[in-house]
Amino acid sequence: MACHGTEKNVRKRRGKKGGLKQVLLMGNPNVGKSVVFSRLTGVRVIASNYPGTTVGYTRGYMKLGDETAEVIDVPGTYGLEPTCEAEEIALQMLATGDVVINVVDATNLERNLNLTLQLLEKGVPMVVALNMWDDVAHRGISIDLKRLEELLGVPVIPTVAVTGQGVKELVESIPAASAPRLPARSHDERWQAIGSIVEQVQQVTHRHHTWLERLEDASVRPFTGIIIAAVVLVGMFLGIRFVGESLITYVLDPLFEHLWTPVILFFSSLMGGSGVIHDVLLGNTIVGQVDYVESFGLLTTGLYVPFAMVLPYIISFYLVLGLLEDVGYLPRLAVLMDTIMHRLGLHGYAIIPTLLGLGCNVPAVLATRILESKRERFIAATLISIAVPCAALQAMVFGLVGERGLQYVAIVYGTLFFVWIILGFILNRMVKGFSPELLIEIPPYRMPPWRTVLQKLWFRINGFLREAIPIILGAILVINILYALGVFNAIADFTAPVVTGLLGLPKEAVVALAIGFLRKDVAVGMLAPLALTSGQLVVGSVVLAMFFPCIATFVVLFRELGLAGLLKASAVMIVVSLAVGGLLNLIL
Amino acid sequence: MVEKKLVSLRQMYSGQSGRVRQIDGGMGMVNRLNSLGIRPGKKITKVSSMLMRGPVTVQLDSTRLAIGFGMAHKIIVELEQ
Repeated sequence: MACHGTEKNVRKRRGKKGGLKQVLLMGNPNVGKSVVFSRLTGVRVIASNYPGTTVGYTRGYMKLGDETAEVIDVPGTYGLEPTCEAEEIALQMLATGDVVINVVDATNLERNLNLTLQLLEKGVPMVVALNMWDDVAHRGISIDLKRLEELLGVPVIPTVAVTGQGVKELVESIPAASAPRLPARSHDERWQAIGSIVEQVQQVTHRHHTWLERLEDASVRPFTGIIIAAVVLVGMFLGIRFVGESLITYVLDPLFEHLWTPVILFFSSLMGGSGVIHDVLLGNTIVGQVDYVESFGLLTTGLYVPFAMVLPYIISFYLVLGLLEDVGYLPRLAVLMDTIMHRLGLHGYAIIPTLLGLGCNVPAVLATRILESKRERFIAATLISIAVPCAALQAMVFGLVGERGLQYVAIVYGTLFFVWIILGFILNRMVKGFSPELLIEIPPYRMPPWRTVLQKLWFRINGFLREAIPIILGAILVINILYALGVFNAIADFTAPVVTGLLGLPKEAVVALAIGFLRKDVAVGMLAPLALTSGQLVVGSVVLAMFFPCIATFVVLFRELGLAGLLKASAVMIVVSLAVGGLLNLIL
Repeated sequence: MVEKKLVSLRQMYSGQSGRVRQIDGGMGMVNRLNSLGIRPGKKITKVSSMLMRGPVTVQLDSTRLAIGFGMAHKIIVELEQ
C-alpha cells in the first residue's frame, strides 16, 4: 500500500517537472546530505546527527550554468537493496534522476564506497562529494584524492558542508559527471574491489582516544550509560522548563500585560463592552481587565494561547531537542532503551520518533519510517498518537494544571507513561508478526554547529507559526459561532451519559473534546472556564491527550498506515482513552 | 598451527577483537549486515553490550554499530590471539 503510494507520487512529480534536469543527493545515512542540500538550494531542511533524519524527499532548485536544475535530498541508504521504507523511496528516486551527487563520509571510506560502487554499476552520471573532509585529519586518516578519482572514474570533490567549504567546486564539477558503468558484481567481488581501492588511497595512522571518544564508549556501557541517560533526560526536562518558563514570565506575559491589555480595553470600551462582535473578538469576561485564558475572544485567547502559552515551550523544546540531535546522543539512547522497547513490540530506534512526538505528533508519525516492519510502524504510530502528548498540549497542561499544583501535572504524565508501557505490551501481544532487531550506526559525538541548530529551531518555530496559528484562530472563531447558535448545548445533552457518567466531567466538556480534533492546546484551554475540580482537570487533560489526535496527525496516520491501520488505531484510541478516563475518574 | 577460537559476538568480551568468520542468518540478515560492512573476513572489535539481552555495540574501522542481541548471537567471530 504505502509502497504504491510513493511510486505514484514519484511518477506524478516526474510528470509535472519533466523538463528539468534532476540532481539526486544520495549516500549513506548521516553523511550530511541534507546539509549539502541546504547549501546547494538555499532550501532549509532539518538536518541532525543521526541516521534517518530525512525519511521523505525534499526538492529544491539550483542554478547549473544557465539552466535551473531540480535537486532532491534523498533519504540515506546503505545499499540499493532496500530494508526499510526510507530506503525504498531512495531506490525509486534513482530511476528518475539525471545526475547523482554521491555524498560520502570521508572518515568511513570503506563502508561508504559500497554504495558508491553500486551506484556506478547502475550507470548513472555521478560526482562524489567527499564530505566531513575536516574530520579526516583529526582522525589520523589521509586520502589520496587524485588516485581515488582515477580509480572511481568520476570527479571527487572534498567538502565540509557545515561550513560550505568545497560546495562551489562541487557545483562546478556537476557538468563533468561521468558514468563509467561498472559491471554488476556480487557482494564479495564488490568488497574486494573496495578493499583494493581503500588500500591504494587511504592511510590511517594510529592515535590515542580523545575524551569525546571515551564519553562515546561510556554512553553505551550498561552502568555509565544509564547514569548518562538519566542526567541527559533530567537535564533536558529542566532545560525545557527553565527556558519555557523564563520566556513566559519575563518576556511574553509582560508584553501582553503592558502592551496588549490597554489596546484590548480601549477597543472594548469603544464597542460598548458587549455585543456579538465584541464577544467574538474580545471575549466575554472583560470587566476592567482581560482574562486571556478564559475570555475566548479571537484577539485575547486566540493570540495569548499560541504566543504566550505554547510558543515559549515550542522554542524551548526544539532548542533542547535540536542540541541532543546534533550532538548525536539519540542513537545511544536507542541502544539503552532497546530491551524495554522490545517488550512493546518495537526496538530501540523507535525512541527517536517517540521523542519527536513530544514536540509534534505529525513529524513523529512520519519518522516511524525509519522502522523496518509494518507492524512496528503501526505500534509506534499508535502509541505516539495515544500516549505521547505534543508540546502544545504539554504547555497548556503546565499552564492550567500546573496552577493546581505540580502533583497533578505528575499524575497526567505518570498516567500517559503508564498507558504507553501497558498499551505497548498489549499491542505487542495482539498484533501479528515479529519485531525486527536493532541494527543501527552510532554516529560520533559532534559539537553542534550553531548555525544548523539555530536554523533548525527557526525552521520548526516557523512551521508552528504558519500551521498552528490559523487553525487556533479558526477553532476559536468556530467555537464562538457554535456557542452563539446554541449547537453545543444540543451535543452536550446528547453525549452527557459518557462525559458526565463515565468521565465525571460537566457535560459542556464535550465541546473541548470535540475541539481537540482541531487543536489540543485550544481544547485544554476550553476546560479553563468550566470551574473544574483539580481531579476533573486531570481527567480532562488525560482524555484530551489520548482521545483522537488532532486533524493534522489524523491525516498523516491515514497516509502512513492506510485506512485499515487508521481505523484500527482509532478504535484503540477510543477504547483506551475512555477506559483510562473512567478509571482516573474513579480513583481521583 | 595456532588454534583459532570461534565465538559469537554475544560471547565476546568488551574490548576483544577478531575477524568475522561467518553469519548464521538468512539472506535478508546477511544482506543487511553486508551493506553495513559486516562480512566474513572483516575486523571487528566489541565495544560493549547492554544488560538483559540488550544490543551489542561494535567498532568496524571508524564506524560504530549497535546490533540487536539475537543478531549478535548469529555473528561468529574468530578471535585474535
